[in-house]
Amino acid sequence: MAAQHRRPLARILATATAAVAIGALAGCAGGSGEVNSDYGFATAEQTADSTITVWVDAAREPIAKAFEEANPDVPISIETYDGNAGGSGSFQTKVALFDQSGEGWPDVVFSTQTNDASWAAKETNGVQAFAAPLNKGYFSDDFLNGFTDGANDPMTVDGTVYGLRNDLAPVVLWYNKPLLDQFGYDIPTTWEEYEALGVKLAAEHPGYILGSIGDSFVGTYVYYWGAQAPIFQLDGNDFSSDFEDDHSVAMTDMLDSMSANGTLVQDSVFSAPFVENYSDKIVAMPGPAWYAGALFQNPDSINATAGEFGAADPLYWEGEDKVTGNVGGGVWYASSHSKNLAAVETFLEFATSSDESAALNSGLPAYDSAASTWLDAQAESNFFAGDFKSAVSTAAASVWGGWGFPSFSPETAYAAVVVPALAEGKTIADVVPDWHEQILNEAQVQGYTVK
Amino acid sequence: MGVDNFVKVFADYRFWPAVQHVALFVVIWLISLTILVVLLALLVHAIRVRWLSSASRFLFYIPGALAGASSVMLWLFLLDPAVSPVSGILNAFGLETFVQTVSLDNLPVIFTLIAFWAGAGGWIIIMYGALNNIPVEVMEAARIDGAGPVKTAWHIQIPLMRKWISYMAVMSLAAGTQLFVEPRVLSQASKGVVPPDYSLNQLAYLFAFRQNDFNGSAAISLLLLVVAAGLSALFVFRGGLFERD
Repeated sequence: MAAQHRRPLARILATATAAVAIGALAGCAGGSGEVNSDYGFATAEQTADSTITVWVDAAREPIAKAFEEANPDVPISIETYDGNAGGSGSFQTKVALFDQSGEGWPDVVFSTQTNDASWAAKETNGVQAFAAPLNKGYFSDDFLNGFTDGANDPMTVDGTVYGLRNDLAPVVLWYNKPLLDQFGYDIPTTWEEYEALGVKLAAEHPGYILGSIGDSFVGTYVYYWGAQAPIFQLDGNDFSSDFEDDHSVAMTDMLDSMSANGTLVQDSVFSAPFVENYSDKIVAMPGPAWYAGALFQNPDSINATAGEFGAADPLYWEGEDKVTGNVGGGVWYASSHSKNLAAVETFLEFATSSDESAALNSGLPAYDSAASTWLDAQAESNFFAGDFKSAVSTAAASVWGGWGFPSFSPETAYAAVVVPALAEGKTIADVVPDWHEQILNEAQVQGYTVK
Repeated sequence: MGVDNFVKVFADYRFWPAVQHVALFVVIWLISLTILVVLLALLVHAIRVRWLSSASRFLFYIPGALAGASSVMLWLFLLDPAVSPVSGILNAFGLETFVQTVSLDNLPVIFTLIAFWAGAGGWIIIMYGALNNIPVEVMEAARIDGAGPVKTAWHIQIPLMRKWISYMAVMSLAAGTQLFVEPRVLSQASKGVVPPDYSLNQLAYLFAFRQNDFNGSAAISLLLLVVAAGLSALFVFRGGLFERD
């Protein structure tokens, strides 16, 4: 009996040892390779006509499909994944698995996060960095210069560009024109006016709202970033988070008081209850430019009628710089392991700069010519009230530069600490210490020096 | 070197909360699983109507066919009061939103429900088989001595099922300490309200694939192995799993 028991164990051990050995070999295999001077990195052996695998989230699938239709000669396999939404880390974890096996990487990846270059541009455990350097010979300078100034900065490490920005996502103030007219309110221009409007609205028209704080991207990027709150800052390898700063405290107070009077709700803007209960109750709501396609013109979401909603200049603190926040803006990455870099280049140029993809973009394209196409199309359609083009352009040029892009997302701490606390009836101020601690812990685990 | 990895893991701010989460889940789950499975198996075994008995065994077994992540997907709908067919029950517990439902305090119970729903059916069938193995003479002797169903169950059936119960406990303990799929899917579905580092296996996963620290990941896995092996040994010896009759 005992001998019989021992044998499988020995077999498992042998298998495990073999697996480890294979893993080690695979790890070594990825690290070698000569730098290809045409591209500026060690390329895999190129095979013309080999199929490129493209990972997109559901919202970007139409762009990939449009490419497939327009380029029938380029073999492409489109796969959808969560797009790394909410800082889920699925992009990184999947790539790490491929790094282990030494094969299987996708050729093109779309990510909704802007901070992936912090890991994708680095060699990991001896395997070449996943993201291909794009400005060292791969893409032409002519093409790269077509991006809006600064659009590719979050993906630039020491002068090397590792990703192409899909869209800019500056925060504007969305408002419902018929409701404002009906209630006799002016469009708020500062956070102070916004908060005052909340008090008035709660008293005069309870049930109507000025936004939601139930999404981690809204809490962090729309409100705290837009308030110039230095809660997520990176300087070299030093990470810092200051909730005691006047800007942070003022924003926390504002959110708590508006949450208390009911003008800020807790439902995620993407949730069914939000759409059902608040589609016709939103008087104004700060949010990224991509709300245009993702919420207002989306038949599955708010599905507004033409002329109902408009975009106004972003909110700022009275007497301070007119700056705003930014909610992601997706990024396209090319794999440095791709066997068909030519096809990848064709795809990425189509996805970022073509008019076809601009028409399918839910937000403001990061490529200048595509951006004008998009803005003109929005203006022509007269869907949005007011001077949409001017508001979005103003916002795009005034994103506050103090927010950091470390290798983790500020969304995870907000989701884990603040969202459940709000659901329990606590205020943000109640959990600021826990939230602060969680952010610092995450920074420390990721190897940053916490200040 | 080796020991440093353990020190690093112990010092990680996510480690001890994850230990607590998994321990609490395993305790709640093992206790409820053992009691309910034994009870249900005894009930099914006591059903004298042939078709009813086989039909109920079949019903118990069905949920087990929908395993792993797909079963969690189904639970996502059940747990969201906005779309749940049992939203009345959730509301009765004061749960109005998905975020409230999946709060940290509720998770051990939720994972117990999911695990029980998916896994208990198979165990009920196995326990039923164990009950069938009890010689008819023994059962008859008990009846002649005047033992009712409750006394028979307590003094005859359960003691004779001891090995099977400890077998179930060992297997479920191994599965329970490796809690991963359920919190992982819930974490993604709740956009991070259920933290991505809820369980130890998730933490090992994050160490390996978020921090590229395979050594730290291996350290967590080894710790899990040691704890699970120790507890299993307890069940094996207390349950007399390797004793010959």
